[in-house]
Amino acid sequence: MAEKRVIDARGSFCPGPLMELIAGMKMAQVGDELEVLSSDKGSANDIPEWIHKAGHEHVGTREEAGVWHISVRKVK
Amino acid sequence: MAAKPISIIVVAGSRERLQMAAMIAAVGAVSGNPVTVFLSMNALQYFVKGDRTAAPPEGRFGELLDAKNAPPFRAMFEQAVTLGDAKIHPCSMAMDVMGLEPSALEPWLAEPLGLTKFLGDAADAQIWSF
Repeated sequence: MAEKRVIDARGSFCPGPLMELIAGMKMAQVGDELEVLSSDKGSANDIPEWIHKAGHEHVGTREEAGVWHISVRKVK
Repeated sequence: MAAKPISIIVVAGSRERLQMAAMIAAVGAVSGNPVTVFLSMNALQYFVKGDRTAAPPEGRFGELLDAKNAPPFRAMFEQAVTLGDAKIHPCSMAMDVMGLEPSALEPWLAEPLGLTKFLGDAADAQIWSF
């Protein structure tokens, strides 16, 4: 059954949130959804770029009170 | 389309240059690019096993990196290896000059390399120097 995990990378600067996501993706199973919390605006653009390049599903991005929530589903 | 290899030569000992070299290595490696790093001259000292000496800032931004929660360059180089299969080679000349054996360096470094081999491997790569 697909799991959902939150990776709290608030306070970390680029490329910290991306690297934390990738470490999480390595542990995840196909179908799992990971949500990265990032206070770094640059990462909010960079992470979807990586998701697209790596061939995973960008579920969505939203911003709440200066924190970006970037969700990705592991496809392969 | 196959990802183009990335080769990075690092000779600088400043915080900013080590940080950017590590960022390119890490992001390049986790993005599917084969990454090779060549550590030489003033950069090599920071990869002696257990060394946690702070690299001096070159300017204001280096001071900000220390003050903010920027990922440490050593950790990013190591992540390039563990998460992205990057190869981080110490320069054999620099090791000779500094009197270092491979066993004295961080265990996640690859084998020492000379310039001839590095340049041959970098022939078809995008090359970055710091």
